[in-house]
Amino acid sequence: MGLHLIPNNLNINFVGLRKVSYCISIVLILVGLASLAIKGGPSFGIDFAGGTVVQIKFDQQLSDAELKKALADSDLPGLVVQSFGETSQDYLLRLSSNEDVSAQMVRDTVNAAFAQNLPGQTYEIQRLEMVGPKMGADFRTKALEALYLATLLMSVYISGRFEHRWGTALIMAVVLGGSMLGLDAIGVPKGLQIIGVTLVTLAVCWRLKLAFALGAMISILHDLFITVGIFSLLDKEFDLTIIAALLTVVGYSLNDTIIVFDRIRENLRGNRSPLTNIINSSINQTMSRTVLTSLTTLLVVVALLILGGDIIFDFALALFIGILVGTFSSIFVASPILLVFEKTIQTRQIKQEEDAKEAAKRAANRSHDGAQV
Amino acid sequence: MRQSIILRISLTLVILLLALAYLLPSIPAVQESPLGKTLPEAKINLGLDLMGGIYLALDVDVDKAIENSLSQMGQDIRQTAREDGLHTTRPGSDKDRLVFSLPDGSKREAFEKLLAEKFPELGYDAVAQPDGGIRYSARFKDEAKLRRENMALDMALKTIRNRIDQFGVAEPDIRKQEAQRRIIIQLPGLKDTERAIRVIGQTAHLEFHIQRNLSSMEAERASRGLLPVGTIKLPLIGRGSGLEDGSIVVERDAVLTGEYIEDAYQNFDQHNRPCVVIKFTRRGAAMFERITGENVNRNLAIVLDGRVYSAPNISEKISQGSANITGSFSIEEANDLALVLRAGSLPAPVTIGEERTVGPSLGQDSINRGINAALIGLCAVVLFIIVYYSFSGVIAATMLLFDIILLLAGMAAFGATLTLPGIAGIVLTIGMAVDANVLIFERIREELRIGSTPEAAVKLGFSRATLTIMDSNLTTIIAAVILYQFGTGPVRGFAVTLTLGIIASMFTAIFVSRAIFDLWIKPQSRKISI
Repeated sequence: MGLHLIPNNLNINFVGLRKVSYCISIVLILVGLASLAIKGGPSFGIDFAGGTVVQIKFDQQLSDAELKKALADSDLPGLVVQSFGETSQDYLLRLSSNEDVSAQMVRDTVNAAFAQNLPGQTYEIQRLEMVGPKMGADFRTKALEALYLATLLMSVYISGRFEHRWGTALIMAVVLGGSMLGLDAIGVPKGLQIIGVTLVTLAVCWRLKLAFALGAMISILHDLFITVGIFSLLDKEFDLTIIAALLTVVGYSLNDTIIVFDRIRENLRGNRSPLTNIINSSINQTMSRTVLTSLTTLLVVVALLILGGDIIFDFALALFIGILVGTFSSIFVASPILLVFEKTIQTRQIKQEEDAKEAAKRAANRSHDGAQV
Repeated sequence: MRQSIILRISLTLVILLLALAYLLPSIPAVQESPLGKTLPEAKINLGLDLMGGIYLALDVDVDKAIENSLSQMGQDIRQTAREDGLHTTRPGSDKDRLVFSLPDGSKREAFEKLLAEKFPELGYDAVAQPDGGIRYSARFKDEAKLRRENMALDMALKTIRNRIDQFGVAEPDIRKQEAQRRIIIQLPGLKDTERAIRVIGQTAHLEFHIQRNLSSMEAERASRGLLPVGTIKLPLIGRGSGLEDGSIVVERDAVLTGEYIEDAYQNFDQHNRPCVVIKFTRRGAAMFERITGENVNRNLAIVLDGRVYSAPNISEKISQGSANITGSFSIEEANDLALVLRAGSLPAPVTIGEERTVGPSLGQDSINRGINAALIGLCAVVLFIIVYYSFSGVIAATMLLFDIILLLAGMAAFGATLTLPGIAGIVLTIGMAVDANVLIFERIREELRIGSTPEAAVKLGFSRATLTIMDSNLTTIIAAVILYQFGTGPVRGFAVTLTLGIIASMFTAIFVSRAIFDLWIKPQSRKISI
């Protein structure tokens, strides 16, 4: 046998630790929310806020101060100069969004300022990205919609697969989708809509006792809030690639959660011990897989963080945080929530088994009858 | 049993060969060789962020196009009515409405018959005035408006395609987003980005306006922003007699637009300065003749994109159907302007909603870094998995390489585009693809622990883990599909690599590695290296 990172007879009372883990989660979420509140919401990159980014590579070294001085007289709105890389040759210029400033004007202004104030310096504008304010607002609502849609579809999938309630879940999805369209029609802002619909989705799952879906949704929201919060704490900007990372985190975290849920479902079969024990043994049994997969995934994400370069760094960072938090949530958040519905889950399980038995008996009788005729 | 294994192994080999056939052409060295000619032509395309180029999203102001054609139609109505002996007042347009009167109320029936016959696109309200005249307020019917809006978008698309063709860019990708009234342009590998953007982005919305003759009092008021009714103030950048602040007051309605240009070329004016000569179409020439005839001794302002290039005096009716645009051009600027006018001016102004330009050097750097990260990540994962699972780990590592081949081959076969986030997606896949194998191996270990024979453990391990693998990977695919729907170029590249990577890893873990295990573990095997 090969190596073992996790002992075979691992038996930790994860469910018993849930009060501690809930506290950790709540503190992390609150810290993130506080940071968001103090900073007045997430700081958006140009994809979402609109604005211009110019990436310049100089052939000779140049200090921040020299560059700022060279651009001081130019009329560039909200100019921020940012150096990156090791050699003080690479700079990012960020400009705030402005209807009257076109990318071409920025290019011309920068070229003119350098020609006048930095004679002898050769440079290349390696990248210039401009997003208009309208386009930025479009991207913001689309990103929110995408995140919500992912959460909703996954909860439908889980309700169907784990509780055999495809019908209920689909009706829920259609009603929620319809109410979004309705809210759209009466002109409710997209942001409010999404918050409202998310809360309604949670309430509906609660009401319909869709325990697994509720667990999964809460752990997804948990991961998103914490990742976004930590990003805000670190003063990182949100752009389209970060949303891609967040959606990947949602998929990854749910992947983890489903593997534990799958084991719980398997262990529930013909087992009348308390749900707490079943959840605990399921988490323990899948622990070594959880740790291994997180490790290999984190290995490559770290490779991206270190070697991927500046453009990919924030993306990899969001993945790194998200995968850590997602692993934590599938162990400590998603499964313990099932306990709230202990009775429902167990009566449903018993009923299902009895139905199956009944059906088997009936089938046996029928074949018996058939034989008699 | 034996037979089924042979069948499965051969199927695997066929798939591997097929994957290699699709993958190899993406490697430049292979493409040149004789082998490259026999292989399929599929290739992985590099996204703009990797090979450099321009991405533009242009918002087309279709409302303005509607306003323009409405104002044009107003003049047509007046003209056509006059030919039938019906006289109307000069139509004034107010956003999406056209307002004019028919002073002689008794001609109402004849006039409305003419409107219905010749201008069926218009719907109108008619109100009888106390002085006996009829006041009309006309607008495009809804379906006509929609059709004209779509037409404006299509025309803008065609114009931009024309300009890019004349500019000469390899493999441009130009498409419209009808719902958003937007045109998306991707020009890969373009070097002279500044000039390209100038040529594409210039509306080249050419209009001719008659200058309003102002009394000195009106001129003084106009300088303070109080304009006479039905006029607008435009900046004057060329020669002409305007206000003191360098602007000029003209009639709001354009008398002629760039729609009627047949040709345009660069030339020199009488002072030997570069200018652009425009030739009108036959219809345009007729209109130009009428306009100049009606406005002798007034000034005609030549307005390009809201700026007056010059406002020469009309000394007589001009019937040769051409006009000069002068201004302070360099020869290159005059050439570009002629190109733009020749390719057709845009039917409506466009604004650049989004522009992303990446130079080629940056892309190469990104590719090198991405390949580095992928290789190091791959080595780390392979090493880890072999140390952890011994020989079974070697199988898993082989599957991982197979995954990557399948992923890249899939990208080539679908003609997918590799972007920077896409490279990150490949690296991420390397980490996540082992998950399926880990699930199976952990299951096998569990079975061994409770005393199953290796053969039984492998069988149970695979069958139990398969459903879990399906269930858990589907959620990541759901996320990737949504991402694809929502994202733009680079993000889509990520969604594609993620999805292909997951599908490849499910296939290799469930099908291929099962076949290898079956080949390896015999019923009499007592030990298994896992």
